Amino acid sequence: MMQVRSKVEATIREVAAEHNKSLPQLTDDLPLLESGLDSLCLAVVVARLEDGLGVDPFSAADGVALPVTIGDFVKLYEDAGE
Amino acid sequence: MKMPESDTPSLRALVLAAGDGNTRFVADEATRLDLSALTSAPSPTPLLGRTVLLAMKRQIDTAAALIALDGVARRIVLWPYDLPREHMDVVLAAAGVEFLVAEWPLGTLDQVGAAAPEDGAPWRATEWVLFTSGTAGQPKMVVHTLFSLAGHLFGGAASAKGPIWCTFYDIRRYGGMQILLRALIGAGSLVLSCPDESPGAFLARAAAAGATHFLGTPSHWRRALMTEAADRIAPAYVRLSGEVADQGILGKLREQYRHARIVHAFASTEAGLAFEVEDGSAGFPASLEGQTGGTAEIRIEAGALRVRSPRNAIGYLDRAISAIPDEAGFVDTGDIVELRGSRYYFAGRRDGTVNVGGQKVHPEEVEAVINQHPAVEMSRVSARASPITGAIVVADVVCRPGGTASADATPAAIRDFCRARLAPHKVPAAIRIVPNLEIAASGKLVRMRA
Repeated sequence: MMQVRSKVEATIREVAAEHNKSLPQLTDDLPLLESGLDSLCLAVVVARLEDGLGVDPFSAADGVALPVTIGDFVKLYEDAGE
Repeated sequence: MKMPESDTPSLRALVLAAGDGNTRFVADEATRLDLSALTSAPSPTPLLGRTVLLAMKRQIDTAAALIALDGVARRIVLWPYDLPREHMDVVLAAAGVEFLVAEWPLGTLDQVGAAAPEDGAPWRATEWVLFTSGTAGQPKMVVHTLFSLAGHLFGGAASAKGPIWCTFYDIRRYGGMQILLRALIGAGSLVLSCPDESPGAFLARAAAAGATHFLGTPSHWRRALMTEAADRIAPAYVRLSGEVADQGILGKLREQYRHARIVHAFASTEAGLAFEVEDGSAGFPASLEGQTGGTAEIRIEAGALRVRSPRNAIGYLDRAISAIPDEAGFVDTGDIVELRGSRYYFAGRRDGTVNVGGQKVHPEEVEAVINQHPAVEMSRVSARASPITGAIVVADVVCRPGGTASADATPAAIRDFCRARLAPHKVPAAIRIVPNLEIAASGKLVRMRA
């Protein structure tokens, strides 16, 4: 589980750095879109995690609620890996 | 110079006719337009019969200028604030711009006033020039009039208490312009976003203003649902257009806003509105094809959607105005549709254009950059579905033979190379190094359709 979390957080940091976005401390209750990531960054994070972790939790289509916070986002990937 | 002998009312006259009820406003974060002051102000006569380019940072200033200038200026060019400055000189020359209404740094402009049309040349209705992303990154200018944009709203009965519109679109593009005109002509109100405002802050402000009708692209809506403010709005009407609405986002919106009418629509700057779908399913019923009697008629030809409607644009502007429709009067949208059962579904653009959250990307432009990388032999850029932006750009890359032992030929290095040369949404999110790419007998790269 911790591996998934660290991979997700590392990918977020990597993409933020590439897009010259500065990130605050990543805490679970931090709203995703207030973290400094815009939706393009998030789309890149999701694409890269799909390649890196081999899962796309969003492909479950209708069932998945869109994540609001960093914690929601990490949990999507943790749940998808189970 | 005389005022034109127009057979249609001006925007100012329509705003005046719509009345000024208590609920009527057009506002952003800091400003609320005084519509009665705008409609009673004297005409800006120095701009009579002139071509004016509007390039303001805030949408609301553009709205005020439009009320003042429709029926006065011969041509109004609506520069989208996010359009790269490098296109300005071409636009100024092609549109014959004589006056700029601008408030952001434009650098040195040589062209203004250079191509003034003959004074007194006859004209009837003000041309509204809107931008669309054309091929090879060069924006296309599309000419409308107030009538082609909003003629369907003229003479409609304005309700005493019009809706309060809220849109994620920018009013300087076709989708947002439709909402501005609906609000102004139909006695509604409108909440506009501000530059650099976060989606959460904008929605919270819309909630506080009591907004009832919300419009945006599927990507706008995905982003909205990722904010806590999504719970604060109570829309009566939710509309999606500008990108393909998939079942995922339609389902999520239905779940979140149980009491709202949820509508997805197809419209383009050139074709205008083609249809609206309200049954909650992606795609559109095949029975819409060939129907007459509605505003727009649609046809599927060679797999692509065509639209004929009084809301079609007048033409493209490139020094002269060229017609867009075919001989039968239909505009070819370039959108490929596939029939499955009794429904058509969108299956990408004929030219392979990728739509990243509403921003168009031409694969050839990205390939041209990747192919400049010294370690790259060839590349193929395509779309991958994204739950956040609808689609995202990805690339397959073949490296030069002889195994350029250089460490350069890594996905990360190629990505950095692209980042230095392309807008962020054009940079491939994922790059795969592949042994080869299929070439068709024609010598062209085989492209998979998304």
